[in-house]
Amino acid sequence: MAAVPSRVRLAASLVLAVLTPAATGVVTGAADNPQRIISLVPATTEMLFVMGAGGRIAGVSNYDRFPPDVARLPKVGGLLDPDVERLLSLKPDLVIVYDTQTDLKRQLERARIPMFGYVHRDLADITVTMRALGARIGMKAAADAAAARIEQQLAAIRARVANRPRPKTLLIFGREPGALRRVDASAGYGFLHDLLELAGGSDVLGDLKKQSIDMSTEMIISRAPEVILELHYGDSLKPERFDAERRVWNALPSVPAVRNNRVFLLGGDEFVVPGPRIVIAADRFARTLHPEAFK
Amino acid sequence: MRERTEVLARTPVRQRLIWTVAGFGTLAFAACLFGPLVGSTRIHLSAVFDRSIPYADNVDAQIFFVARLPRVLAAALVGSALALSGVVFQALLRNPLASPDTLGVSAGAALGAMMAITFNFDFSLLGISAVPLASFAGSFGALLIVYGLSTARRRGTSTIVLLLGGVTVQALLSAVIAFVQYLADFTQTFRNVRWLMGSLDVASYAPIGAALVPMAIAWAGFATLPRVLDLISVGSESAAARGVNVERTERVALISASLATGAAVSLAGPVSFVGIVVPHLVRLIVGADHRLVLPGSALFGGAFLIGCDLVARTIIAPLELPVGIVTAIIGGPVFLWLLFRRA
Repeated sequence: MAAVPSRVRLAASLVLAVLTPAATGVVTGAADNPQRIISLVPATTEMLFVMGAGGRIAGVSNYDRFPPDVARLPKVGGLLDPDVERLLSLKPDLVIVYDTQTDLKRQLERARIPMFGYVHRDLADITVTMRALGARIGMKAAADAAAARIEQQLAAIRARVANRPRPKTLLIFGREPGALRRVDASAGYGFLHDLLELAGGSDVLGDLKKQSIDMSTEMIISRAPEVILELHYGDSLKPERFDAERRVWNALPSVPAVRNNRVFLLGGDEFVVPGPRIVIAADRFARTLHPEAFK
Repeated sequence: MRERTEVLARTPVRQRLIWTVAGFGTLAFAACLFGPLVGSTRIHLSAVFDRSIPYADNVDAQIFFVARLPRVLAAALVGSALALSGVVFQALLRNPLASPDTLGVSAGAALGAMMAITFNFDFSLLGISAVPLASFAGSFGALLIVYGLSTARRRGTSTIVLLLGGVTVQALLSAVIAFVQYLADFTQTFRNVRWLMGSLDVASYAPIGAALVPMAIAWAGFATLPRVLDLISVGSESAAARGVNVERTERVALISASLATGAAVSLAGPVSFVGIVVPHLVRLIVGADHRLVLPGSALFGGAFLIGCDLVARTIIAPLELPVGIVTAIIGGPVFLWLLFRRA
């Protein structure tokens, strides 16, 4: 696994954010002041840095890329393949795990290492998790302040586009390169859906209460989205290929988004990590959907 | 059963062939005609062919010509190719459980697709994207290995060795697939799994045109096989005694069936069960004569997959089921029913 990190990094958070059922921030162990935290979740790593606890991080997952400081931190595997030996050798006093990592949790329990179970569902959960994590590591005030800042920034973006017409928008987070096949779209549930609605779009799949669906060509044509946002992250597509990939949509000229040249390819990991950078993602969605509101 | 067999045996082959082609041909024709008319969206045929509406604005025409017609054509081609390959592999390997997956060609195609998805292959050729191209290349690689195994037969090995060798290749490639999947991140794994469920939503004619090239070569090979497969499926020695060039025939059969399988899997992903259930269903209806089974399977395979895809895209509309799930769920019970009714 270590031999291919450049190819296999990140992007994990999208599926996790989109697919993991959940409550929020399951805390195991009492609040104290951990100094050697291992975060197996890119979103919580970013939260720790934002609340000023970056210096306490002793290790991160193989999928962590942001902030750049994580590059110097030891990597301890991911959701499916945590490197338990390496993790234990780092002598953590708190490990942030996905709540679905039951085997790892059992091992950490046996080793008497405190845990913070990460679960995520929708946009509101991001700041809830952040506050819970801050309280858990004894940085409640800093976490509350950072969370409040995120909520204010999101509210400002929402307000900025509030009274504008809401285009019917299709949000795609994966498809076969060079073809309109196996199109994975965000539907009416989950943090990407919330983000789209906040940024002034009307989710064209909002009636389907699923986090993601495999969208057929017929469905794309019949739903007639006015805007198509296609997300690219990790190493999935080089920016110089964006134009060519945008042209693939010309096969469906009756789709209003295609006819009116409103198919947008957005590249960036902030769309798939439900952490503090969600503000950047919301801002980019809003600027793409309502450029006139930001002039 | 015996009475029916005697009736079949008394009827001239030419007459039975006419009935077989007419019967299954009507079914395939009806499926091709009906398939594009039905879907999750209601469309009006009058609007589809209304030239007064510019194509760019004609939603009905685009649903018909971009979303439905290519997938019906893809289903017809893939169903027919997998059914034909199933017939040929079963006769060649003298094993009723043989299928297009048995010798590893499907696994080769899957490996190519998994690599394209996992390592973000970023190229296209004549409008064909990286995943189907890599998939066909994978199937061709597997074909070369299997062909190498078949030439080993000249040194006196048996069909059972070819079968075991092929199954081993299949297992080996499956292990490599697992390794490539292990290297994938979560999103790629998600896409890999979806690819493995099969999809006929090809959304353009370019991949169908590309798949037609290897399929046409395969059909030319299949056309030489009906009589000799009957002899070979009884036994190589008796076939040779009757003047059949067994080695050459087996090689043509192997390459044709592998090419057809590779083209089908790279076009639609693995679609399970068609290659097993259709040949046996057709045999139950027309008997074991390959002069009837081959054309019957080609036509019925296409019709069967068009029907399964129709179910897949309408049963939970507006969402769709992967077609591979439907082929097994419909094909399995129908096959069991026919099998036990006849028994």
